[in-house]
Amino acid sequence: MRKSRTATLRIVSAILFLLALLVAVPLLISATGRSDLYYTLTSVALLSIISAGVWITFYIGRINIGQGAYALMGGYVSAILVMNYGVSFWLTLPLAGLFCAAASVLIGLPILRLRGVYFAMVTLVLTEVARLLALALPITNGASGIVSIPLPTGISLFGLTLVPGFATVANPRLAFYIVAVLLMALCFLGLYRLAHSRIGQLCQSLQQNEELASSIGVNIAYLRVIAYALSSFLGGVGGAMFASISQSIYPSSFTVADSVNFMLNCFLGGLGYVLGPMLGTFVLYFGWDLLFQTGEFQLLIFSTLLIVLMLVLPNGLLSLALPRKRSL
Amino acid sequence: MEQVIANGLYLGAQYALIALGLTLIFALMNVLNFAHGQMYVLGGFVTYTIYGQLKLPFVLALICSGVTLAIVGALMEKFLFRTVIRRSKREESTMLLAAATAFFLDAIMLLLFGEKQRGVPKIISGVFVSDRVILPYDRIVVGVVAILMIAAFMLFMQYSKPGRAMRALAQDRVAAQLMGVKVERYSMIGFALGAMLAGVVGGLLVSITGVNSGIGGPISIKAFLMVMIGGAGVVGGAIAGGFILGMMESVGLATLREYGDITYLVIFALLMIFLSIRPHGLMGKPWG
Repeated sequence: MRKSRTATLRIVSAILFLLALLVAVPLLISATGRSDLYYTLTSVALLSIISAGVWITFYIGRINIGQGAYALMGGYVSAILVMNYGVSFWLTLPLAGLFCAAASVLIGLPILRLRGVYFAMVTLVLTEVARLLALALPITNGASGIVSIPLPTGISLFGLTLVPGFATVANPRLAFYIVAVLLMALCFLGLYRLAHSRIGQLCQSLQQNEELASSIGVNIAYLRVIAYALSSFLGGVGGAMFASISQSIYPSSFTVADSVNFMLNCFLGGLGYVLGPMLGTFVLYFGWDLLFQTGEFQLLIFSTLLIVLMLVLPNGLLSLALPRKRSL
Repeated sequence: MEQVIANGLYLGAQYALIALGLTLIFALMNVLNFAHGQMYVLGGFVTYTIYGQLKLPFVLALICSGVTLAIVGALMEKFLFRTVIRRSKREESTMLLAAATAFFLDAIMLLLFGEKQRGVPKIISGVFVSDRVILPYDRIVVGVVAILMIAAFMLFMQYSKPGRAMRALAQDRVAAQLMGVKVERYSMIGFALGAMLAGVVGGLLVSITGVNSGIGGPISIKAFLMVMIGGAGVVGGAIAGGFILGMMESVGLATLREYGDITYLVIFALLMIFLSIRPHGLMGKPWG
C-alpha cells in the first residue's frame, strides 16, 4: 500500500518536472527575452544524457573517462551519414548510437577485463585515440572538420507531418530544446528502469565484488559488455545531437577535458543516485556559465568551488537531500 | 639508427622520471594524480623564474623547483586528499579531487605566468658530433642528470628508512601500520616526493623545450601511458614504461614520418593489443 503510494508520487513528480521543463521554461524564457538560455539548457540536457552513459559504467564499478570518444564518434557518424549519404537526421540518431555501441563491444571486450585505475587510464587514452583518428582518417576531413551540416528535416507519415523540418520552424532553438528535453526524459526513464531491474541488481553485484558475483553464476563478461555498450550508445546519441545543433563537428569537439567533465558530472551529482548525472551536469554547466563574468578568474573560482564541494560533500550533491537512503 | 636510439634514451630518461612520481603516489595512496602534468609545468615555471628571469644558477633553480613542488604536494596530501579519503564512501572520489586540483593549478599558472611559451637560455651550448650521432650537449646533461636522479631515487627507496617505510606502505597499508609505520606521515612524504620529481623534471626540461601553461594535460596522459605499460604502482615498471615509450616515440618519429602524424595513434593501438594480453602491464600486480 505504502509502496504504491510512493510510486504514484514519483510518477506524478516526474510528469510535473517534465511539464515544467516543456511548458514553464519556454514561457519564462519568452517572458524575460533571454532566448540564449535555450542553447544553455539544451546543452545541459544533452550533456546529461552523455554523462548518464558514464554513470552506467560507474554502476558496474568502472571509472569511464572515455565517453568523449563515443560522443565524437556519434557526432561524426551522424554528420557523415547526413552529408555524404543524405540520410534523414532522425534516422542517423539511433544509427550513431548503434554504431558506437557496436564499436564499444569490440573495444570493450579486451579492455573491460581491466579494473580500477587501469580501466580509467585506458579509457582516457581512448579519447585521445578518437581525436587522433578523426584527424588522420580521410572521411572525417581532418582538422577542418565537417561544417554546415543541414538542420534536421521533417518527418511525415502518410502525408501527415509529425515533426516539421527544423529549417522551416520559426524558432529552431526552441525545437532543439524540446527534442533534447524529451530525449533526456526518455534516457533517465530508461536508466531508472534499468537500475531497478534484475539486470540493475546484477550490475550492482559487479560493482561490489566481481569474483563473488561470478562464483554464484552471474555472467560477468556479458553483463559488463552490455553495460558498456549501453553507455556508449548514450554517448553516441548525445554527440550526434550536438553535431546537429552546432551544425559542425571537429576533432576537437570532444576532448579529454570533456571526458573528464562527464565523469565529474556523475561524481558531483552522486554516484549512488540515478538523477545524479542530471543534477551534476546542471550545476557544473551553469556554475561555469555564471562565473563567466569573473573573466580571467573563472577557472580559479570554479576549481576552488569544486575542491571545496569535494571536501564537504565527497559523496555527491544528492547525498545532501537523501542522506539516510541507502545508496541505490 | 644510433641517432634514434640516443634520442630514445634521452626521451626515456625524462619520461621515466615523470612516471616514477606518478606511480609512487599511486602506490602509496591509491590516487591517480591527474594533476601530475600540472605539477611538472609548475616546476618548469619556477625554474624559468629563477634561472631565466632572476639569472641565478641553474642548479639553484632546479632545487627551488623541487622544494616548491614538495611543499605543494605535502599540502595537497595533508589538507585535500587525506580528508576526502577519510570521508568518502567510494575511493574513486579522489579522482574528482585530483581533476579539480589539476584545474586549480592550471588556473593559478595561467594567472601568474600567462599563456605564452616560455624558454630560458641554454645551460651549455655546443653540440656533440661523432660520425653516427649528433646530440646537443645540454640534452646529454639533462639525460645524465635524469638517469642519476632515477638511480638516487631507487637507492633511497631501497636503503633509507623512509624508503623502506614507503615500500611497506605500498605493499600493505594495514600491516605497515600494525608494524608501527607512521602511515600518515609517510603518505605525506611520498606525495611530496612524487610531486618533487615532477617539479624537477619540469625544471630540467624547461632548458630544452621551454614550458607553457597548456602542456600539463598532455604530459599527464603520457605519464598514464608509461604507467600502464609498466604496471601501476611498481617502481621498476615506471622506469621500464618510461624508456619503452621514449624509444617507441623516437623510432616512430623516425620511421613513420612519411605517413603523417600518426606515431601516437600507432602507439595507442599497440598499447590496446598489449593490454588485452597483459592487463596489468609488464610488472603490475593484479589488483584494481
